[in-house]
Amino acid sequence: MSDKLTAKDFATSQEVRWCPGCGDYAILKAVTTALADVGAKPESTVFVSGIGCASRFPYYVETYGFHTIHGRAPAVATGLKLANPELDVWVVTGDGDGLSIGGNHLLHTLRRNVSLKILLFNNEIYGLTKGQYSPTSRAGTVSPSSPAGSVDAPVSPGQFALGSGAKFFARAIDTDKAGLGEVLRQAHAFDGTAFTEIFQNCIVYNEDVFAAFTGREDAANTQLHLSNGKPMLFGDDNSKGIRFNAQTFALEVIDANESPGDVLVHDETNAVVARLLTDLQLPVALGVIYRQSAEPYERAFYAHHPTRMTRTKSVAEFIRGPNSWTVT
Amino acid sequence: MGSQFAVSTALSGRDFATFPDYPAEIRAPAGTTFGVSAYQINLGGGPITTAGDAPDVLVAFNPAALKVSLPMLRPGALIILNNDSFTPRSLAKAGYEEDPRDGDALDPFQLVTADISHLNLEAVRSFGLSKSESGRSKNFWALGLLLWMFGRELDPVEAWIRRRLAKEPTLRDANVAALHAGHAFGETAELAAALPQISTETARMAPGEYRSITGAEALALGIAAAGELAERAVLFCSYPITPSSPLLHRLTRLQELGVGTFQAEDEIAAICAAIGASYGGMIGVTSSSGPGIALKTEAMGLAVSAELPLLIVNWQRGGPSTGLPTKTEQSDLYQAVYGRNADTPLPVLAAGSSGECFDMAVEGVRIALRHMTPVILLVDGYLSNASEPWLIPIFESLAPIESHAPPDVSGGPSAQMRAWERDPASLGRPWITPGMPGLVHRTGGLEKDYATGHISYDPDNHQRMTEFRQAKVDSVANFIPDQAVELGDDSGEIVVVGWGSTYGPIYQAARRTGASFVHLRHINPLPPNLRELLGRFDKVLVPEMNNGQLATLLRDKLCIAPVSFCKVSGLPFRISELVSRIETERKGDAA
Repeated sequence: MSDKLTAKDFATSQEVRWCPGCGDYAILKAVTTALADVGAKPESTVFVSGIGCASRFPYYVETYGFHTIHGRAPAVATGLKLANPELDVWVVTGDGDGLSIGGNHLLHTLRRNVSLKILLFNNEIYGLTKGQYSPTSRAGTVSPSSPAGSVDAPVSPGQFALGSGAKFFARAIDTDKAGLGEVLRQAHAFDGTAFTEIFQNCIVYNEDVFAAFTGREDAANTQLHLSNGKPMLFGDDNSKGIRFNAQTFALEVIDANESPGDVLVHDETNAVVARLLTDLQLPVALGVIYRQSAEPYERAFYAHHPTRMTRTKSVAEFIRGPNSWTVT
Repeated sequence: MGSQFAVSTALSGRDFATFPDYPAEIRAPAGTTFGVSAYQINLGGGPITTAGDAPDVLVAFNPAALKVSLPMLRPGALIILNNDSFTPRSLAKAGYEEDPRDGDALDPFQLVTADISHLNLEAVRSFGLSKSESGRSKNFWALGLLLWMFGRELDPVEAWIRRRLAKEPTLRDANVAALHAGHAFGETAELAAALPQISTETARMAPGEYRSITGAEALALGIAAAGELAERAVLFCSYPITPSSPLLHRLTRLQELGVGTFQAEDEIAAICAAIGASYGGMIGVTSSSGPGIALKTEAMGLAVSAELPLLIVNWQRGGPSTGLPTKTEQSDLYQAVYGRNADTPLPVLAAGSSGECFDMAVEGVRIALRHMTPVILLVDGYLSNASEPWLIPIFESLAPIESHAPPDVSGGPSAQMRAWERDPASLGRPWITPGMPGLVHRTGGLEKDYATGHISYDPDNHQRMTEFRQAKVDSVANFIPDQAVELGDDSGEIVVVGWGSTYGPIYQAARRTGASFVHLRHINPLPPNLRELLGRFDKVLVPEMNNGQLATLLRDKLCIAPVSFCKVSGLPFRISELVSRIETERKGDAA
């Protein structure tokens, strides 16, 4: 056991430069802890990121790391995973990086189901560029670029992912050590694109934007922690439950003690319920919302390659083509 | 006369029609004649019986026509097939055991397939013709397609149809509609053609084994060869664009050579995935055309910053913007050499002919691995489909491609530092890839400390890194051969300097005028002796298919004053116009 790495072994010598109090610190701690928990090897683990506060992440993890360009981390990571499918590849992105400038790559990575662990730090704001509204900002967000309030309707990361064909969608709160840790371990174990949205508090430009459900004091009533095969219960003493209303085709909160038989049991493979859970306002659904096994892209890529990307013939055998002639 | 005969034959619905005097737009490979040869078009429903020259274009409306006519074609000929006719029954009738479109029998040719019967019927449906009349108009549909592909005017043919069928207005209008529909199909599908030319050099061809090869085939083979020479797998990542796509198609057929292809969601993803592959230890290659290359620009900067190898192929076409997708140009030289944000130099190569695409792909990867840098290879767009006789290289005689091995992990400085211990001659860093124990490090697009690779905003370090990146690209010149004259004396009155596919016409014009000819394959950096070599001539004439880009580069890098001769009509230089320009320049000297 002595050679088992700890969270500390996954910290680099670099000074962490996020703002004091930033939610990223908690995520970094949770990730390094999860890496130690799952027995990750530094040399076969890679963190790939784009641009933004979140994308500084690779510099702070003692694994291979590639800080690429804005929005393109999923594309770089896809090429890397094809080159070496044995690697454990994580992608760290933000709401601007992943859903604005890089939305296209995220879409195609999700539909292909490349085995990447994508962590989207959603703080509903552009932090690195000093506080402009982002694609996940709620309409009416006052920011330096929207002094009268933004008019754009926000994108829902979960709906985007599920609509793109994601096979794994999970959600967690930056400071929820247990919930985030569990989601990270599940993401790591998933064969395919594991897309995780992490509610991340930007204390400088968008403080407490998630306060309605992240506060510890009322967490029992505002958070629904999902577990596959378990009833969707929350509230003090699990007194509340989630029911599917067949008249409205919506989820609703009921008294779990009154009608326990109506409480939905979480089935991770149910894509319809996953979409409804994603949109649930209070409580907010957390944990693995959707998981469906499917062949990962890199495996299909190699399976369909006639020689599994190895060289079985020489150019010398091909260079003549079907018709050649000799000049003497 | 010839044209009218041909049109009337087409109209009559006979088995074939011959268009003896329809001059092609000729883009000839090395050492060929220009603008003088004619081509034949055979619209065949039955056997072609034309004696004499091998046809350059075959329109086969059914498998039997293909089978009978195929042996007459020379390599590189254009074959247009009517997909609708390739039914199991007609294949069997023609004696084909398997669909020839699936095998390799058609490899030596440029193949265009279209559902001609179906598309033609749709085009003429509203005219209410009989079934046989409708079917016959497909000749004009095919002719319309050919007129597009060879950049010919529709008007003379249309006028001819109108005259000829003046008394049958419905048939007239239907045939005109078919003609236009075929033409529109060619435009929409961005089809272009380049015919092989009879080489006037045939008599002087060096002994050896030859084959016919297109630029796309040669480049695909070259990329695979580079992988084999470097003992690495190749991942080719691209997004479809005219005229780059044939390279993607070719590479999908070379997979046993350790080549994989990834069709990305866009141009940016294509280069980024190629960078990811290089980061992971494969040879990453991407390919596009000017507009797509523009999109890849930012990622090229990342590869420069992260010191990763990469080959970027640009099949140049006319611009700006979408421009002329099917027309050739040489107007992306500025983009390749200068077209990135900040000081972001990278090596640039150019292929002079279809066959040379092979050599330049190998050279490009060699440079990329030696110096750990992205390399741009410029190819004139039409070479993609242009075929030429190619002296098959002895593959076994090619030198292996070396890369910088990862350092010994025992002892010494930290892994983060070892990643940046560069070779003093090439300034290439070791190719360390994730998965290697003991060498875990971070990299990226932020400025790095020269020694440790850690993020650095230090002013002196950025100065040093900027100079280092330039020095690295400059160092390529130390590894390439001195520039030689292709033809003529190595000093004198006038030297013609060219690059890319102008090789053929310049070669011929220089031969006729006795001018010297220098052909550049290394565009950035230029060969180290070039300034001294060109300095031995009174005048440097630079013909190019752009508005003077190589001339600018020569002025910039060599401080010389070349004379520009520019042509941007989408057509290559004719020998006669080059000859006349060379003579004018000489007279100018005499005056």
